[in-house]
Amino acid sequence: MATMTEPPAEAFRLSQLIYDTRYRSLTIQVVAFILIMAGVFWLANNTVQNLQDLGKDFNFGFLGQRAGYDINQRLIEYSNDSTHARAALVGILNTLLVAFLGCILATILGVIAGVLRLSKNWIVSRLMGVYVEGFRNIPTLLWILIVFAIMTEATPQPRDFRGENPEASMILFDTVAITNRGIFIPAPVWGEGATVLILVFLASLAGIFAFRRYARKRQEETGVILPVFWVSLGLFFIPSILFYYILGRPVTLEYPELAGFNFAGGTHLRNSLIALWLALSLYTGAFIAENVRSGILAVSKGQTEAAFALGLRPNRTMNLVILPQALRVIIPPLISQYLNLTKNSSLAIAVGYMDVRSTLGGISINQTGRELEGMLLLGLFYLVTSLIISGLMNVYNQSIKLKER
Amino acid sequence: MSDVHAQTVSYVRETMLPEAEPPVTERGAIKWLRENLFSSWLNAILTILSLYVIYYVLSHTLGWMLYGIWDAGSLTECREIRNELYGEDASVACWAVLADRWDQLLFGFYPQDLYWRPVAALLVFFVAVSPILFEGVPRKLFYLTATAPFICFWLIWGGTIWGPIVVALGFVIAGAVFRYGAEVVGPLLAIIGAFVVPILYWLLLAGPLTAILNSIAPIGMQYVSSDEIGGFMLAFIIGITGIILSFPLGILLALGRQSDLFIINKTCVTFIEVIRGVPLIVWLFTASLLLNYFLPPGTNFDLLLRVIIMVTFFASAYMAEVIRGGLAALPRGQYEGADSLGLNYWQSMQLIILPQALKISIPGIVNTFIGLFKDTTLVVFVGLSDPIGFSNLIRATTDWNGIYWELFIFIGLCFFICCFSMSKYSQFLERKLRTEHR
Repeated sequence: MATMTEPPAEAFRLSQLIYDTRYRSLTIQVVAFILIMAGVFWLANNTVQNLQDLGKDFNFGFLGQRAGYDINQRLIEYSNDSTHARAALVGILNTLLVAFLGCILATILGVIAGVLRLSKNWIVSRLMGVYVEGFRNIPTLLWILIVFAIMTEATPQPRDFRGENPEASMILFDTVAITNRGIFIPAPVWGEGATVLILVFLASLAGIFAFRRYARKRQEETGVILPVFWVSLGLFFIPSILFYYILGRPVTLEYPELAGFNFAGGTHLRNSLIALWLALSLYTGAFIAENVRSGILAVSKGQTEAAFALGLRPNRTMNLVILPQALRVIIPPLISQYLNLTKNSSLAIAVGYMDVRSTLGGISINQTGRELEGMLLLGLFYLVTSLIISGLMNVYNQSIKLKER
Repeated sequence: MSDVHAQTVSYVRETMLPEAEPPVTERGAIKWLRENLFSSWLNAILTILSLYVIYYVLSHTLGWMLYGIWDAGSLTECREIRNELYGEDASVACWAVLADRWDQLLFGFYPQDLYWRPVAALLVFFVAVSPILFEGVPRKLFYLTATAPFICFWLIWGGTIWGPIVVALGFVIAGAVFRYGAEVVGPLLAIIGAFVVPILYWLLLAGPLTAILNSIAPIGMQYVSSDEIGGFMLAFIIGITGIILSFPLGILLALGRQSDLFIINKTCVTFIEVIRGVPLIVWLFTASLLLNYFLPPGTNFDLLLRVIIMVTFFASAYMAEVIRGGLAALPRGQYEGADSLGLNYWQSMQLIILPQALKISIPGIVNTFIGLFKDTTLVVFVGLSDPIGFSNLIRATTDWNGIYWELFIFIGLCFFICCFSMSKYSQFLERKLRTEHR
């Protein structure tokens, strides 16, 4: 009778660590771990040794010291008596400001250029092709410098606005002045009752949101389509304008005016901010245009034809069939473009915009001699920002993922 | 029957009418215009708007460019010539700055009589990559490809010829150890030896050996230091070295990130995310300010080399993500198929997975290359003089103070030509490698 016998258990041999696939992965990992640890230890040891030789220590105390330098562009209260930490915060806010403005403008430009590049209009699609290829194939830094040079060299001086027959004049009904010292735009002055107005505006935004949800729910339940667009438009403007007059115009505009050698009043947008903002937006917009184009092309033609066969009109086809599928393709690379824009905003150094690299990673380091700590904090800021954004992206990707088997 | 027909029908056409021309609006240029430019009101408006934009741009730049002055020694001279020719109000380009300073924009401070060396290095590079880029080039050129890095290095930096030869010898030793060591000490030790022996050789033997060989037969060229390299030559050196080195590194990182081995996986993920999360400019400052902290006391090496290392790491992290996308896009069956054929990990990667994954990721890979090449402009901030650095230097001289557009246009055009041809090549490659039936 045949009996099943267990193969004799082999004694463990050392060579199994290398040749037996059961153990080999473990061996590789242990060796890799030891090598990596040795490398890290070597670097850390060198750093400690070098710091000792230079007579430096490793602490972040410099953040509490007086900064002693001025920052011309600031969103929060800051003077040269403030601390280095405050200066870093000003820089961080400036970085986020230009990144935020840039993302908005880049999206608008990108969507327009991407859609127009697919247009059947020969000349428009060629023109958009020139825009996209031109910006994608020339370095950002060059574009920033070019836009900055246009802002400073090709715009009139403030004194050209003076006199009976000025060489230059303000645009948009004498409210905006484009000069070589920056752009001056009207600034809002918040009077009494402005808070109420803002609350009304926020409430109308909430109203729009609620109405859209209601309309969607109703459409899914009964099939009746409500005029979402017009109602949203009405809700957006009418309550705010109504309250604006009821409250007696609480918000007024302060217009820039020529005073002395420069404009005074209004909001002064510096050339550095404008140049960085426009150049980054144009550059990133070209990349977004390609994402939009590929997203739209990724929706197969059969989808459009099927929607037409069901009797949907073109704009409903776009809204209900094409866009939801195209957005799935467009949004992940779009967010990584936002991330790129945020990181590219560190090129502010080229035009002297005071972003976080210029304050924390530039002047603060030079003044305190704390390269290691400063660069570490700077790197950490960018790393955390990008990890947060990519984390959000992952959440989004999960939520729109095709629900398959 | 026919009688009846002839009586009831008074007229029967026996020949066909000649074909009529289509209506005017449905043929030729008018049809094309109608369909492509004026198919609807919106399109008509867009067309007119675009025509106006094109007219506006051209009317402002075309004359400026075409009437540009090529022969002058300084911007003031340029303006005098302009006043003579076109009057004071005319606005014309002063291309003379390019005629005067083209050498600096292209070569930096490289000695003028040695310009043939970088040009020769570039030619060697192109010949060496041709068998990789195109089929139908003699395969024997791969020998040149293997030696090209050393030839190019020697051509650009000069110095004794023995340096590159002795370093190259290290790779020959590694190959020999790998090949013949397997029979003597077994395959695994041979692999380890192929790494350890050449490293020991480079660290201990290479220096003295070079000195000895140089004293026996002093063959060499004039040495050019890295400080003298600048302009587009610098951009090319950093870009090309970065591209060549970041590609294999990126593949390894991508494989590491896909790997099941916990420690290797986590190391690769950390490396990729940290590098990608921080802008290149911060890494470049790290290279110029901090690298000395991390290395043993007293080490000090070329800024150019440090920048190349940083750029390579930076590009390889991006490359790894692109290739990981390709790896993830492959159907699971390919991996399982490779396993069921009994291939080991490296064989399955080399023969089955990577060829397909790399093919999928070609557009992304080339985009990374283009991005890397464009990013070489950032080295201006750590004190290397790339084209943009030189445009600043030229503007700082009294002769050319205040000249902007001519330099920007030249630099932009050079970058555009390089990057655009790279993206066109990637499209060609995609078409060539497309195997699906369409």
